Amino acid sequence: MSRLKTLQEMFKRYRRPGDLVFAVVFFLLALFLLSQIENQSPWNGTRQIFSQPAFWPTASLIAMTLFAGLHFLSSAWSARLPGRWHEVWQWVRALEFAGWFLAYVWIVPTLGYLPTTILAAILLALRAGYRSARQLLSLAFLGVVIVVVFRGFLQVRIPAGAAYDYLPEGIRLFWLTYL
Amino acid sequence: MSDLLSGIQLLFDYQVLLALLIGSVGGVIIGAIPGVGAAVAIAILLPATFALPPLVGLTMLLGIYGSSMYGGAIPAILVNTPGTAVNALTTYDGYPMTKNGEGRRAIALAYSASFFGGVFSLVCLILLSPLLAKVAPMFGSREIFLAALLGIILVVLAHRGQVFAAGMLAAFGIFLNTVGLEPVRYTRRFTFDQSWLASGVDLIVVVLGLFALSQAFLLLIEKDEAPELARVKGSIFSGLKELWLYRRVASVASGFGVMMGMIPGVGEFTAQFMSYTYAQKTSKTPEMFGKGSPEGLVASEAANNAVPAAAMIPLLALGIPGEALTAMMLSVFYVHNVIPGPQLFRDGMDFVMALYVALLVLNVLVMVFLMVSTNLVTKIIQVPSRMVGIVIMLLGFVGVYSLRNSITDCAIAAGFGVFGVILKRLNLPIVPIILGMVLGGIMEVKLRSAMPRVSTPLDMIERPIGMIIFALILLVIALHIRTLIREYRNPPQNVDSDIHLTHGGE
Repeated sequence: MSRLKTLQEMFKRYRRPGDLVFAVVFFLLALFLLSQIENQSPWNGTRQIFSQPAFWPTASLIAMTLFAGLHFLSSAWSARLPGRWHEVWQWVRALEFAGWFLAYVWIVPTLGYLPTTILAAILLALRAGYRSARQLLSLAFLGVVIVVVFRGFLQVRIPAGAAYDYLPEGIRLFWLTYL
Repeated sequence: MSDLLSGIQLLFDYQVLLALLIGSVGGVIIGAIPGVGAAVAIAILLPATFALPPLVGLTMLLGIYGSSMYGGAIPAILVNTPGTAVNALTTYDGYPMTKNGEGRRAIALAYSASFFGGVFSLVCLILLSPLLAKVAPMFGSREIFLAALLGIILVVLAHRGQVFAAGMLAAFGIFLNTVGLEPVRYTRRFTFDQSWLASGVDLIVVVLGLFALSQAFLLLIEKDEAPELARVKGSIFSGLKELWLYRRVASVASGFGVMMGMIPGVGEFTAQFMSYTYAQKTSKTPEMFGKGSPEGLVASEAANNAVPAAAMIPLLALGIPGEALTAMMLSVFYVHNVIPGPQLFRDGMDFVMALYVALLVLNVLVMVFLMVSTNLVTKIIQVPSRMVGIVIMLLGFVGVYSLRNSITDCAIAAGFGVFGVILKRLNLPIVPIILGMVLGGIMEVKLRSAMPRVSTPLDMIERPIGMIIFALILLVIALHIRTLIREYRNPPQNVDSDIHLTHGGE
């Protein structure tokens, strides 16, 4: 029976450090959005309430603010968990990799999909702490596989890099079409 | 019967068969790598499937969905780390069996139970389809609106202990869906005079950010780890024979899987919980549960594998996805202008049957693949977690950028990636946002189209199906209140958990 009890509790989830910070920010965001309804999604007095374009934004923001407020209150009334700012620092660290991703996105149209992917794979591997030639080569190879599968075979819509225009005549068309 | 035969005929296309093979083998490997999961893979592959015929694209995605749980059982049993979240319960009995020197037996039983669950649910659905085809047309705009509302309520209440957070995230999802130009009168909603917000927030961009990029960022900021798996010695075939001993548990667990899969917003965890509880209560050796009970393992694996096929029911019959993976698949339908719902059951039953038969073939393919290559899979999945993170990030780019070559989309996805990291680290659920976006859109459209026939609120429930759904909504809320009162009187122990009730496939 005790095992069953534990199992039931497995389906419940509890707070983590940093929960209050998130609760405050989310509640403020909900309040801000709710305050903007008049400007961003005005109500038109003549139409039926459910057909109004403003109905769903208003209903969702009221629900969001209500639940976010309750979530904030429950977090604020709970005992403080140690490690709040360490946790927030982990969120900030994720921003670095978002930056890496956006740099990758930004370079692809210029340098081309294949060279940028190989470069991104190797640089990210170095950033992640991999140093052995085997690991770096494996990731570079995986980068090549990804490009060949998606752009070469599946022909997904990724434009050719501007740098491909400088390739020799013989291979330019192949690179423009498949890599 | 003729629909079934035409469905089988549709499958005899090399593209569909190739998609089945890629989906099944790929799904097993993806499911077996801790930290990837079907949701990440489906999110990444989604835009690539838009260029494929609908049956080919859906077969591949369904293949990944259906086979990832087979793969997820391998690390759950061998190293106590579930490959996908829904294999968490498998660790309860699977890993103790490995410690007792019964790793091969546990793996064999898990595969057999998964196979049984998968096939059982498909047989149920193929037999149920004629009935569904009769019931589905009874769902009009009002009924579909109420069913979507029930789905939202269920997904919020299913997150016991975090209902407020699930509620605010579901509402956030509904709000996100309203941003941009409103489709009927082209009114701008929450665009803040920014042209890039006029086209709204694309569901796939959000899905890729919350599931794929967030997982990449998370793996890259966390400690680098690689699972070390021992070889599985001996034949796996014995599991099929041994499953016969546990046929009662396997059948009931699969039944729970089918029922829970069909209800929007519920899913694998509830099915597993119910079947595990049933198996323990009716076992001759209940004290063995959690210490290496084969019955517990069978209950867990049969239940979770019965869900994917059943989860297709509300999606195909009503156009209402019950969880994140089917919500993603819904976009494949829309891209190809195949609108799931009663009309699909009336006019495209062969298509529906083809999907079911594809899932059936998939289960056989996966079983055969695993029988001969479990040890190969255990080798492939020993990849360091940060390396997995890098690959997910590179693949995430293909997913987002190939949609419409928009750097803005990539920036939005990266933003949702960071948001996803915060939610995952705080152990908050992601699924309510996705379901909020999808079901919010459905509710808006259906409520508007129902309005000409509604003059008083009671008109919403004047037809039997509407009344039944409304009664279900009241029942679900009443049951939740009853649970809250019980917990207030008898507070549960403070046991923490990392498991999300609607974490399916993550």
